[in-house]
Order: sequence, then C-alpha cells, then structure tokens
Amino acid sequence: MIPSKFDYVRVNSIDEAIQQLKQFNGEGMLIAGGHSLVPLLKFRLSEPGALIDISRISELKGVRKEGDRIVIGALTTHFQIANDPIVKEYIPVLSETVRQIGDLQVRNRGTIGGNIAHADPAADLPAAAFVLDAEIAIHGEDGPETMNIDSFIVGPLITMLPENSVLTSISFAIPPAHTNAEYLKFSHPASGYPVIGVAVVAGVGENDVIDYIRIAITGVGNVAYRATSVEEKLLGQTLSQTLLKEAAQLAAEEGDMASDLFTSEDYRRNLCKVYTERALKSVFYSN
Amino acid sequence: MKKVVGARLKRKEDPKLITGNGYFSDDIQLPGMLHAAILRSPHAHAMIKSINVEEALKAPGVVAIYTGKDLEGKIGPVPSSWLVPGCNLKEAPQYPLAIDRVRYVGDGVALVIAEGRYAVRDAMYLIDVEYETLSPAVGQKQSMQIDAPLVHDDIENNIAFHWKAGEIPEEVCENAEVAIRQSFYIQRVAPSPIETRAAIGQYNPGSGELTLWCTSQNPHIHRMVLSGVLGISEAKLRVIAPDMGGGFGGKIGVYPDEALVGYAARDLGRPVKWIEERNEHFTASNYGRDEVLDVELFGKRDGTLGAIRVKNTHNVGAYLSTMGPGVSTIDFGLMVTGCYKIPYASCETFGVYTNTTPTDAYRGAGKPEATYQIERAIDLFAKEIGMDPIELRRKNFVQKEEFPFTNAQGLLYDSGDYEKPLAKALEMLDYNKFRETQKELRKQGKLIGIGFSTYVELCGFGPSKVAGAIGFQGGVWENATVRVHPSGKVTVYSGTSPHGQGHATTFGQVVAEKLGLPMDDIELVFGDTKAISMGWGTYGSRSVAVGGTAVSIATDRVIEKAKKIAAHELEAPVEDLVFEKGIFSVKGAQGFERTFQEIAKSANMAWNLPEGLEPSLEAQSFFDPENFVYPFGAHIAVVEVDKETGQIEVKRYVAVDDVGRVINPLTAEGQVHGGIAQGIGQALWEGAVYNEEGQLLTGTFMDYALPKARFFPEIETAFTETLSPVNPLGAKGIGETGTTASTPAIMNAVMDALEPYGIKDIEMPLTPEKVWRAISESEGK
Ligand SMILES: Cc1cc2nc3c(=O)[nH]c(=O)nc-3n(C[C@H](O)[C@H](O)[C@H](O)COP(=O)(O)OP(=O)(O)OC[C@H]3O[C@@H](n4cnc5c(N)ncnc54)[C@H](O)[C@@H]3O)c2cc1C
Repeated sequence: MIPSKFDYVRVNSIDEAIQQLKQFNGEGMLIAGGHSLVPLLKFRLSEPGALIDISRISELKGVRKEGDRIVIGALTTHFQIANDPIVKEYIPVLSETVRQIGDLQVRNRGTIGGNIAHADPAADLPAAAFVLDAEIAIHGEDGPETMNIDSFIVGPLITMLPENSVLTSISFAIPPAHTNAEYLKFSHPASGYPVIGVAVVAGVGENDVIDYIRIAITGVGNVAYRATSVEEKLLGQTLSQTLLKEAAQLAAEEGDMASDLFTSEDYRRNLCKVYTERALKSVFYSN
Repeated sequence: MKKVVGARLKRKEDPKLITGNGYFSDDIQLPGMLHAAILRSPHAHAMIKSINVEEALKAPGVVAIYTGKDLEGKIGPVPSSWLVPGCNLKEAPQYPLAIDRVRYVGDGVALVIAEGRYAVRDAMYLIDVEYETLSPAVGQKQSMQIDAPLVHDDIENNIAFHWKAGEIPEEVCENAEVAIRQSFYIQRVAPSPIETRAAIGQYNPGSGELTLWCTSQNPHIHRMVLSGVLGISEAKLRVIAPDMGGGFGGKIGVYPDEALVGYAARDLGRPVKWIEERNEHFTASNYGRDEVLDVELFGKRDGTLGAIRVKNTHNVGAYLSTMGPGVSTIDFGLMVTGCYKIPYASCETFGVYTNTTPTDAYRGAGKPEATYQIERAIDLFAKEIGMDPIELRRKNFVQKEEFPFTNAQGLLYDSGDYEKPLAKALEMLDYNKFRETQKELRKQGKLIGIGFSTYVELCGFGPSKVAGAIGFQGGVWENATVRVHPSGKVTVYSGTSPHGQGHATTFGQVVAEKLGLPMDDIELVFGDTKAISMGWGTYGSRSVAVGGTAVSIATDRVIEKAKKIAAHELEAPVEDLVFEKGIFSVKGAQGFERTFQEIAKSANMAWNLPEGLEPSLEAQSFFDPENFVYPFGAHIAVVEVDKETGQIEVKRYVAVDDVGRVINPLTAEGQVHGGIAQGIGQALWEGAVYNEEGQLLTGTFMDYALPKARFFPEIETAFTETLSPVNPLGAKGIGETGTTASTPAIMNAVMDALEPYGIKDIEMPLTPEKVWRAISESEGK
C-alpha cells in the first residue's frame, strides 16, 4: 500500500498544467481529489513518474448558470455540488446522485472532473451525466474543445481525453420544467459503489403521453450508458404501470450485465429490472 | 457521594484518542530505525525453487535480506499455545519464513530491511522468487478426502486434530419423536481491527535486552512464546503493547512476523519497525470461524428437548494458530446445549489443515458458533412442531433455581435467570403487537420477520487448573498491583491488556469507589512486561471478571494496611476504624479523622508506623477464579426483506444482556453495540472467499464488506443484573455477548420473514442475491 516513487508538482493554472504534462512526456498524471488515483498508486496499479497537482486552480471551481445549461468547474467537489443551490434548483438529480457517492470524506475530496475523467464503470456520476446531456469541456495543447459524454467515455477507465489536456468543466442541460428526475442506487455493501444505478429524467404532456424521457444506467457493465431503446419504447406512449414494467423488462434484457463476486449476471439483470421500474415509477407517479 | 461503580462515566481514554494524541505502534520513532517488509507468497501452495535477492540487495537503502534458509537453526518455529489433549493433535512446525515450501497466500518468504518505509517496499518488489506450484487443499470437507493434496506431507488426510466430548445413548436419538438435522457454515471472517498489526524491535547490546513493541492483546504471552522462539531469556525480553486500534482476537496470536522483527533488530543492532499493510492484513493475519456444523437436535412433539449431536469441521488454515485448536473443541463443543436443559449432548470436531491463512479466536471464539447452531436449531424445531419459538425456549431453559447448573457437557454455569432478560426484551419490543403487525404487513406483501436468540456464553478465562487440563499453554489467573504514591494518587498495574475496551475507566471506577478518590487520581498501567510482572492479557471477556477482581482485591489490601496506620495515628483499635468516602474515622468519636492522602503520606514517609508494619502503601493480588462466568441474555431482531431484490433491512434490534454487575453502563453499551455490529456482519455481509486455487478473492475492503454505521437502526439495549458468585465484583463479561447473540437473532428473523416461502435456511452471509434466489426458487416450485 505504498506507491512507487514519483515526482510532484503543484500548478496554479491550466496552461501550467498542460506545460507540465508536456514536460513529463506521458509520464505525468493530473491529480485532483486523489480519491480514485491514490488507491491505484498504493496498489502500484498505476506508477506515474510525476503527479501534477491541479487541486488549487481556482478557475476550475464553482457552479454557474449559462443560458439553459449549468456549468460546473472540474474541481468542484461532490460535497459542494450536493449542496449547491443552483444545482438543487435546476438539476436536482445531479445533487441527488453525488449525495450518494462514497461517504462524507470521499465527497469532501472527490471532484466531478476527476470522477468523469477516471471513467470508473462503477461510478455514480456518469448516469446523471447521460440523462443531463453533459458536455465535457477540455483544454488541450490546441486550446479548448468540448465533447458530449456519449463520445467521451468509451470503456472502463478509458476516455477520449486527448494527451496533455485538462478537463476544465462539465455542463449539464437543464431539463424541461415539467419533468421529474430520480437517481436510484443499489450500493455494494463493501465498496459503496453502485451495483446498479439508474437515472431517469422524464415528463408527461397532454393526455398522459410521455413527451420527455432520458434513462441512463451505471454500474452494471463495462461502461455507463443511455438506455436509448427503452427511451424509444416510452416516448410518445401513454403512461401506464404496465408500460413501465415492460420498459424495465426491456432495460434488463438489453443491458450487458457483468458478474462478479457479489452478483451473478442473472441477479444484476433482476436488479436492473427492479431499479429501472422503481426509478420510472418514482419519476412518473410521485406527486 | 454517588456510587462510582455502575455510573455512566465517559471514558477516560477518549480525549487523548479523539484529539490525535494516542501513541500507537506507528507513532514510535527511534534513532537509527530501519524498516522491514515481508515478501509474501502469491501462491496457496508451491515449492520454492530459488530466491534471487541480488537486485534487491543493490537497491538504495537496503541493509539486509533474510530468507527462510538464512534463518534455519537461528529462530525456532512459532508454536500454538492451545494443545488440546486427547485429540491426536498434530502440530506442523511454522517457521517464521517458509523454508522450501509456501502453504498459503501470504506465507512469509523473505524479510527485507532498509532505510525507510518506501525504500524497503521498492526493494521487496525486486526479489525474484521461482515457484513450482502445487495443487492446494481448499475447503475443510474437501481437504479431508483421501485424494486431497496434503498441506503437510506427514499429516494424513490433513487432520490436525480429532476431538470428541459427550455420549448420547443410541436409543435417545433413535426413539426421538422429532429430529432436526441441519448443516450450517459459519463462514470465515476477518477480525479487521482499524489498526493493522505492527512490531518494532530494539536491541540493547550492552544489557542484552530486546524490547519489542507490538500489537498484542497479551504481551506476557508474547514474551513467553517469543523468548522460546528467539532463544532469549524472558528476563531480557520486554514486550510492550502501545495504544492499539482493536484486536477482536486477531492480535492474540503470536505471529512469525513479530519474531522476525525481534530477530532482525538483534542481528543488526539497530531498531527495526514493521507495520502491516491493510492488504497484507487480509492474507497475513489470522481469520476467525470457518466451521462447518452438522447438527442434529432430538426431542418430543411437546417441545421437550432430548439430545443434541454436533459435528464441527474446522478449517484451521495452514498452521495451528496460538488459540486455534481450542476454539472449535473446548470453547465450542462444551457449549453446544446453550441455555437449555438438554440431557444429552455430544460433539465431534475435526480440525483440518488447508492452504489458507490460519484461523484463530475471533470475538466470542467458539461460543458464537455454539450459540448459532443451537439457536437456529431451536427455531427449526419450533417450526417443526408448530410451537412459538419463545415458548419452546422457555420450556427448555435452565430454571433460575437450578443454578449452579451442570450442562450436559459438564460445564458448571455459575448463575442465571434466563427468563428475566427475555421478558424484558419482549416488553421493550411489544411482541404480541408485533405479531399482529406482521400479519397485516404480510397481507400487503411485505416480508417482515422477527428473530430471537437467547444465549449463554462461557467467559472470564478462567481457573488455571482447568486451563491446564484443557491443554492451554498458560495460566489464566490475573495480576494487579495498587500502588499509592505519597500524594495519595494511585497507579494501578494490571496484567490484562486493553486495546479499546476502556479498562482505565472501568478498573478506575472499581478503585475510585473503594478508595473514595476522584477518577483523575487513578492511573492504569498495562501492556508492558517490564512494568507488570506477569499477566495473561485481554480476550475471552476475562478482563473485568478476572483482572478487575484482582484490582478489587489489591485495593482492599491497601485499605487494610492503611487502616492499621490510621488506627495507629488516631490511637484507636483497628476494629473501630471506619473508612468511607476517602476518610478514616473512629466509630463513635467525632473529629478523629485522617484523609486517605494523609495516610498515604504517612505510609510512604514511614516516620511513625505501627510496630512491625512495613513502609509504603501498595498491595498486589494474584487472582485465580474458581470457575468461568456465564453471561446470558436475550436479543431480538426485526428485519424486512425486499422480495424483489432480496435486500435485508434491520428495522429494530433489542438487546438485553445479563453480565452480572455492570461497572459502567456506557462502556458496556459500547461493547454491546460493537459486538452486535460484528455479529450482524457475520450474518449479512462479511465473508472471506478463496477460489479453487486458494487465491483470496476478498483481499480489500472493496470486496470484503465490513458493516457500516448506516446499516444499523438505533440499537436498543438494557441490562439485567444477576451477580456471579465466582468473583467478589459479581461481574461476568460483556465483550463478546453481541457477537454471540446477534448472528442467530438476525438469521432467525430473516427466516421468519421468509416463512411464507417455506425457506428453512440460507448459508451466511445472506447476500441479497442468495435471498433473492431462495425466494425465486420457492416461487418456481
Ligand atoms: C472510499 C471511496 C468510496 C468511493 N465511492 C464512490 C461511489 O460510491 N461512487 C462514485 O462515483 N465514486 C466513488 N468514489 C470515487 C470518488 O468519487 C473519486 O473522488 C472520483 O471518482 C475521482 O475524483 P478525484 O477528484 O478524487 O480524482 P483523482 O483521483 O484525483 O483523479 C482520478 C483520475 O482522473 C484524472 N483527472 C482528475 N482531474 C482531472 C481533470 N480535471 N482533467 C483531466 N484529468 C483529471 C486523474 O489524472 C486520474 O487519472 C469513491 C472513492 C473512495 C476513495
């Protein structure tokens, strides 16, 4: 549980961070809250030549509203997001999601940028990112660019983050006013990570017709995903308990379910069905 | 003045601990100190073909590397300390480092010493070991098969011991109207103290003394055993247990690692520190339990129990640990009848070597397992004959007037009133109303269940002559010294060795009450073999009953002597002297008084002592109890099962324990809470898992599920007080009641919740998936 040797530099700006990344020539790694990276270092699963500490770059912190989106700096902690009034007002499902991450210490240290950049297949945040149509802002050697969450996370611990770049912020679409949202998580009793996490944003229009629906599932397989076929099944349909049941069934059948020491594939599939149905019911039928 | 014994005092030791001023092993920094790391086997079973340390020796800061071969003949094997007689016990020698063969993942292969804890790790990874893997023996039942790989070539069928106790006349079983037969697996669990193990050795070449700080629940046992292993006189070996972050049995054991650190410190003439890493802890520290229990409970349809027959197949791991052999034999096998008047009992135990980390005592050691099987079997019996589980228990309880009571296996239960805590717990829960609510909720499709556990356990080790008879390689008396300084302040020395229990507070209360002193005037010293002549440590809920009694007796002796001095000064006969609230006075003579502090000064100055009385005010007691103590109680759990996911929620938990005299309800409740958390952990979440290759799959807290505070409801506790006649305090033991009682209470509750599905048993831990499967299967039927 003792890492191998590494250099350490603290940087105070995005440019400096990129500069240092270049300098260490592929050997340097950014560190933010350290709550995903440090465990890897301690197991020597990751042995970077240098850690470039970005945690004090103030321009990467904070929450603001920009038009119809909420922009959150990469270094904003889970705790800050959970308690942020703007988040609570416009995208409460995000605050609900991060509130369920780890424990208080983890939420105090862990950052949204680190969570997304780490792309842990069992992380909570990607589920909310998918249903809120997250745009990832990146600053690289050639300046800023953005990527949708869809194309950013490509596999377990694999993202499209270009070399020598910094994830600077994540922006989330404010869902239409008439929608409701929910994030339901079944925690692993040991790690606290989701065995499954289901995020739903949805609304019904006239005549109980579902006119807005986004469902994302995390924790079950290699990578979090939007359950698009389930969305298609629901969109434009008249809301009913039976419909939700069928949709949940579809979600369970379609997903790639991993098995591990704690859950078999069958059982995860069952959880997927139960949690999808519960999340949908909660969104459509509470209040 | 209010009574001090029985008062809800906050723990004396907490301010220092919660302000970061504890002094733990890892806080120890000595000049010139080196760091140690132990390279461990990644294989469950393999021959060591070669060990190449060349690269590692060249690494910066490396001072020395030792392999098993280097140490051959220099340090002896580490022996077990519980050589249970009459069971053909075969102890395989455990050398501090494997010599030519590794026998479990985590077996030590090389010891690296370097300047600095980082350097030592970097170097360790450079050692190149060539292994030739062998098939491992995994799982106790499989490992007893004729074709199973042998862990030790000369130990047939891997059987470490085969123990039997108790006879049941054949006709009792054959003619029984009801026979319940059930197998239970008490799965392997990791004690997981918040502080891992540690050892720091320092050798003084002048005096020849070796000081070893280590995480030990029993420093004198460590001294005794290690002096043999290291070939050093006990007079030259000082073992100190600094502040410790828990033990739960995992720090009773004398491990190879401590011997290695002591050896290296002496060999190199420089202090050496070894701190176990958390992932290392999962493979190198002893586990608890791992027993397969085949249980048969016989009786009549009217609920009269006739006999219990149990077979325990115990996975002892690759070597016999310090207490290991006693757990599944003496501790378990003599307690299989629980708190019931079952006329006949028998227990047969097989200890089986496997290629896994050794198992040892874990909180409760044998009693939780014994309680589990009888409390589960009782419930199955009740279901079988259609009787309320409470009624069946009551019908078979040993009755109040039958104490002291000899159980079917010959143990003498000291005192008890089993109905009392049960009645209280039922009242706290409102049992009758609960059953109605349960019916209602079942109609709504909710699965809610209630489970009981009425237990008795054997605690307070114990009479030394019994220890000898059962093969324990030690005495189990206790030692206390009460030393009064000239100022009247007091230092108490105890041979018990707390590591989180709070003895400074509870022992302090015993002394404070007797001497009429404020708690702050009393200090407790423990955990240092140089300060305390001898003692046997803290485990088996023995500290208050045995150690606390020694403290109490020594305090009485101090008072006795002080009275003589006071009588002399007050010119009154000793018989007329009264000592109350710290004041010596003469019966019927107003104004003739001396304070305790005045007498303390007189005794220490010795200017004017009675003829023939020696100076100083200090007394010692060596207390050896005449019997064990047997705490008991009733725990009730209420759970709800989510039938779609199998997830279990503990809704209520009521614990009423009778541990004799409660010295401090606050610390007692703390013990109950912690014990319950661990016991429920066993039922619902914890479990070490090895695969067929003997690889540990639960090697981190990402996979090994320790209970978290948020998993529990508010635990509702109460005590009844049935004093023990075995010691003058009337105290029993509180440390293990929670782990003993709670596991079956939870299991019984879940089975009650699942009653509509006809599910009788599910193997622990009750993961949601297992429960979901059981429900699905029964629905499919
Ligand atoms: C005990 C524990 C429990 C946890 N439980 C959960 C849980 O239940 N759910 C959950 O979702 N997570 C959980 N986590 C993970 C936690 O949320 C992490 O904090 C988070 O995933 C990573 O954020 P960080 O700031 O700590 O990143 P770091 O650990 O500092 O970095 C993680 C990775 O991201 C990279 N990185 C970080 N910031 C940037 C950036 N701005 N630009 C580019 N790359 C960057 C780093 O180089 C590194 O590769 C848990 C962690 C712990 C220790």
